[in-house]
Amino acid sequence: MSAVNWFKYAAPQTFYVLAGRWIPWLYAVAILLAITGVYIGFAMAPTDFQQGEAYRIIFVHVPAAWMSMVIYLAMAFWAAAGLVFNTRLSSMMAQALAPTGALFTVLALVTGSLWGKPTWGAWWVWDARLTSELILLFLYIGFIALRASIDNPLRADRAAAVLAIVGAVNVPIIYFSVRWWNTLHQGASINMSSAPKMATTMLAGMLVMALAGWIYSIAVALVRVRCIILERERHAMWVRQLEEVQP
Amino acid sequence: MQWNSWGEFFAMGGYAGYVWGSFGLTLLALAWEVFALGLRRRKAIGRVRQVQSWAGQGLEHKE
Repeated sequence: MSAVNWFKYAAPQTFYVLAGRWIPWLYAVAILLAITGVYIGFAMAPTDFQQGEAYRIIFVHVPAAWMSMVIYLAMAFWAAAGLVFNTRLSSMMAQALAPTGALFTVLALVTGSLWGKPTWGAWWVWDARLTSELILLFLYIGFIALRASIDNPLRADRAAAVLAIVGAVNVPIIYFSVRWWNTLHQGASINMSSAPKMATTMLAGMLVMALAGWIYSIAVALVRVRCIILERERHAMWVRQLEEVQP
Repeated sequence: MQWNSWGEFFAMGGYAGYVWGSFGLTLLALAWEVFALGLRRRKAIGRVRQVQSWAGQGLEHKE
């Protein structure tokens, strides 16, 4: 029965080579999707009757905010897997996702601010959605700082994993904040139970940009996890025999 | 198409700074991330080479 041994791919040695083959394709697809998304967002999507052209910021703001949450959940998932199964590669994946997640969180906050100023008249308000997103940034920074403060990588993995798992409760709080509290931030434009409250082209632009964000994130996470493998496994014979390492 | 001219397109209905600022910053941030990762990879490869050359001199784990 067992035609494919999935645990084979959990070995850094196999994964390193496989990821290296995927990266150029992922970058290419991400760039093509981003160009398509920008074209739909700027050339096809109509002007918003309430917000004018300022609304076009959502084509970068919403995907960035989605990615900030999705990456956190992925990071917590890999951290938990590393904790439970004691697989090095899982913890390395969690470590590789954190900086990209933090970057998307900063971008979500900054582009949100650039949207808020013309639309609400304020760069920042202490609204439930904005505040919980800011807490997400602190969780990412905490994860990165905690890892960096512990010399032994295996102990650092375990401590950071606990932080990542506990912090995961913040993600549903961000997502549902616009429903649970009376927020200035507008409600979700898309949900599972009703038709989207926007023009089809606007929705298409946002979804294509979100897909570009997903593929980009996977690509950079793979690039970073390959760096982490080289850094952490540099004494391993297979690393020293890699083609790119030869002088 | 929503725009009558390039000028109108770049003006973004008076919100040019906010709209182009958002897209520009995002592009800059992602380009910086890719660039920084290139540097990190080169540095990591350099460290592996160092370990390898020490091993060649019989200095295993003397890092």
